[in-house]
Amino acid sequence: MYTLKFDANLCKICPTCDCLVLCQYMDLDIDKAKEEIMKISEGEDSFVLQDCVTCYGCEEYCKRGNHPFYLITERRQQKGILTSPRAITKQWINIGEPRGKYRLGEIKEKILSFGFMPEFLQLVKGRLFDDVMPSYVFGQEFFCNVVYIHFANTSIIKERLPMVIDNFKKLGVQEVVCMHDECFGSFASLAPAYGIEVPFKSIHYFEYLYNRLERLGDEIRPLNIKVAYQRPCSSRLSPDKHHFVADIMKLIGVDLVERRYQGENALCCGGIFGMAFGYELANDVQKRNIDDMVDSGAEYCVFNCPACQSTLAAKVTKKGIKPIHIIDLCRMAIGEK
Amino acid sequence: MSDITLSLAKIVGENYVSSGEEELYFYARDPGLMPAHKPDYVIMPKTAEEVQKIVRLAGKEKIPLVPMGAGMALTGLIIPLKGGIIVDMKRMNKILEVNEKARYVIVEGGTSHGLLKSYLEKNYPRLRHSIPDSPATATIAANVMIHGQGRLTQQYGFNSDMVTGLEVVLPSGEICKIGSCSISPDWFSKGAPLPDLSGLFLGWFGSTGIITKVALKLYPRKRMRDVEIFITDREDLIPDIIYEITHTEMVEDINIFAQPLPMIFKDNHHITIFLTGDTDEELEFKRKMIWDALDGFIKSKDGGFMSVPPVMKPTLLDMPQKSVCRFADVKKGGGFEYSGPIILVEKYPECSRKLMELASKYDLAYSAMARIIGRGHCMMFGFSFTFNRADPDMMERVRKALHEVSEYALSAGGVFWKPTVDEQRMAIERMDPNTRNLMKMIKNNLDPNGIMNPGNWEVN
Ligand SMILES: Cc1cc2nc3c(=O)[nH]c(=O)nc-3n(C[C@H](O)[C@H](O)[C@H](O)COP(=O)(O)OP(=O)(O)OC[C@H]3O[C@@H](n4cnc5c(N)ncnc54)[C@H](O)[C@@H]3O)c2cc1C
Repeated sequence: MYTLKFDANLCKICPTCDCLVLCQYMDLDIDKAKEEIMKISEGEDSFVLQDCVTCYGCEEYCKRGNHPFYLITERRQQKGILTSPRAITKQWINIGEPRGKYRLGEIKEKILSFGFMPEFLQLVKGRLFDDVMPSYVFGQEFFCNVVYIHFANTSIIKERLPMVIDNFKKLGVQEVVCMHDECFGSFASLAPAYGIEVPFKSIHYFEYLYNRLERLGDEIRPLNIKVAYQRPCSSRLSPDKHHFVADIMKLIGVDLVERRYQGENALCCGGIFGMAFGYELANDVQKRNIDDMVDSGAEYCVFNCPACQSTLAAKVTKKGIKPIHIIDLCRMAIGEK
Repeated sequence: MSDITLSLAKIVGENYVSSGEEELYFYARDPGLMPAHKPDYVIMPKTAEEVQKIVRLAGKEKIPLVPMGAGMALTGLIIPLKGGIIVDMKRMNKILEVNEKARYVIVEGGTSHGLLKSYLEKNYPRLRHSIPDSPATATIAANVMIHGQGRLTQQYGFNSDMVTGLEVVLPSGEICKIGSCSISPDWFSKGAPLPDLSGLFLGWFGSTGIITKVALKLYPRKRMRDVEIFITDREDLIPDIIYEITHTEMVEDINIFAQPLPMIFKDNHHITIFLTGDTDEELEFKRKMIWDALDGFIKSKDGGFMSVPPVMKPTLLDMPQKSVCRFADVKKGGGFEYSGPIILVEKYPECSRKLMELASKYDLAYSAMARIIGRGHCMMFGFSFTFNRADPDMMERVRKALHEVSEYALSAGGVFWKPTVDEQRMAIERMDPNTRNLMKMIKNNLDPNGIMNPGNWEVN
């Protein structure tokens, strides 16, 4: 069985304990943070195991290569501490079960992975994807399963992720462009953290988009609009790719507005919060987030994750902000939308 | 043409009567599981006077009469068990009057739910009626005749509770008005403050008279509708959850469903909660009240609101909801039947377990679907099975399962809804003898020749 590589000594000597100190949903000073993360690493009880809302933020806050959120998730599962209602957890686990109903495009060495997000079957179109499409995969068989860290369940990931990786391997692919952060995070962050081998190169689709746009340079018409970016939880698993948001916006002439809740300070869409913790948390986070977009003068809210978009699209629209996926925004810039 | 056909043709015109094989074949069956039985004639009247003449002729000739709407009740209630004349009411489909301020409508006895819905949407956008999830062709008169339930049943009770007046052709051929309309030009009440005579007809499946007009309460139609789905893996908690939701008085309709497929629905019970509002604020206020009411279940991790993505909402908000029809074709071959006893909400866990036991015993695809009636006074619990009509073995297994459901429902304190003739028999046997005698008196007095939908409610 795969086990998490977590180095408690790194925490012991950590001068900042940012993992918990920077948490936006719990209030801990550095001493308390150290005490709690040590307790967690030693398998003791900690209120953090009860109160963490699974924003994934600590995976980014920790700059020492440890995996505080994976550790919290491991401990929760060991102790039977549920994050979400059982029914919700079961539902999500059932949805992800491979059923032999996957879809394959014309597979080449380089493919796009839509994971199990049907939205990409519609979104991925046009010249931006010319050089790879129709080489794509979609379905539970290619679904990374990392979302189950929201549900304090790493065993299902350890069971399914190696099979998913194997499915990619069987296709003989060399490069996988991950259309979702969770997919990319599973190969670039979670799999290495558990010692699961990934026999292909994974590419974040932001990087792919950026490179494609650069090549299509002449065709770009600056959009001259102001946008707020909705950063998804799963982008915390690959913070080194976050810079591409600003890079892409610059390339397509978009003003990425300065906001209070951006970068490390970004707020979740609240979708998972509602399901797991109820109205208050979800509503509070969504309200603060959207008010912040309005205050910053954004005309558009740019989404990276289709699930965030599905959660927030109607809500931002009601505030006069247009929801758009980053792929559509890029397509707009090359005159396709 | 036989003499009877000729006489019938004299009443409605040749085009609207038939004893042709094609029609007889078609009118011999419904989409459910009951064996077919041919009528001798089919007729489509246009007016109450024509219905009167048909009834008088049938009375004179002692020919059975079976009134029919869209034939969607599924439990064989329009199958002419003793032959005779099917009176297909679909041509009597006029919307006669809408009283906007008093919020009621008067329609003819064959008017469909779909027609009324679109008429109101076009002409009275602030009014609506309690639409059931049956196909849009289902008729209003038949739906109240079988005590149907619709989108507003959670708030206002059975659709038949919403009737505000009837015009009925009695088995003797007389036209009789029921309710305020018997004294006043206004159709605002089916009974009170008079003796409520509507009970002589509603629930009798046409065996005491043919409805030629029905007046129905209309209700405010809010500008917005939305839907939330609360899910739990513990069926024993459903009654408490329903109690909390209904206590808020914030919801339109509440349906519950549980089914093993697709995978998103496996292992859980889904409480679909519909809410309405004229403004975003109203809708959000109601949503918060409902979420707050269930917060304890969320905190104890016993249940939660699932994410309902925008793509899923139109299907859920559709009226009628077509997903019911889709379930009907899961096994291909378009077979679907459910037994839907009306029963206490506290019996949900038991009913649910029974359904799963039967599905496994008879190896059937199943779906549990319940609709809350009158803020939790009771519910309709649908034990539904889908089957392939080309697979007689599967149909037989469904029949057996439904028979067990009937026995179980009675033993659990339930009362059959739109019962098959077998279930009617079981109900009559179980009924208090004095009640049975009262029914007998009513039936014998109204229909001494026993010509009205014979086989149904045969108290004799
Ligand atoms: C997919 C599906 C979903 C359904 N969902 C619902 C639901 O949500 N709620 C619900 O209530 N039902 C539901 N039903 C059951 C049924 O379709 C409806 O109750 C429908 O309204 C019955 O109307 P009908 O015109 O089809 O009735 P019919 O089957 O034609 O008739 C029903 C009974 O009424 C009698 N009758 C008909 N017209 C008259 C008349 N004018 N005078 C006297 N007696 C008359 C008939 O003799 C018969 O006994 C559903 C059915 C299906 C197939």
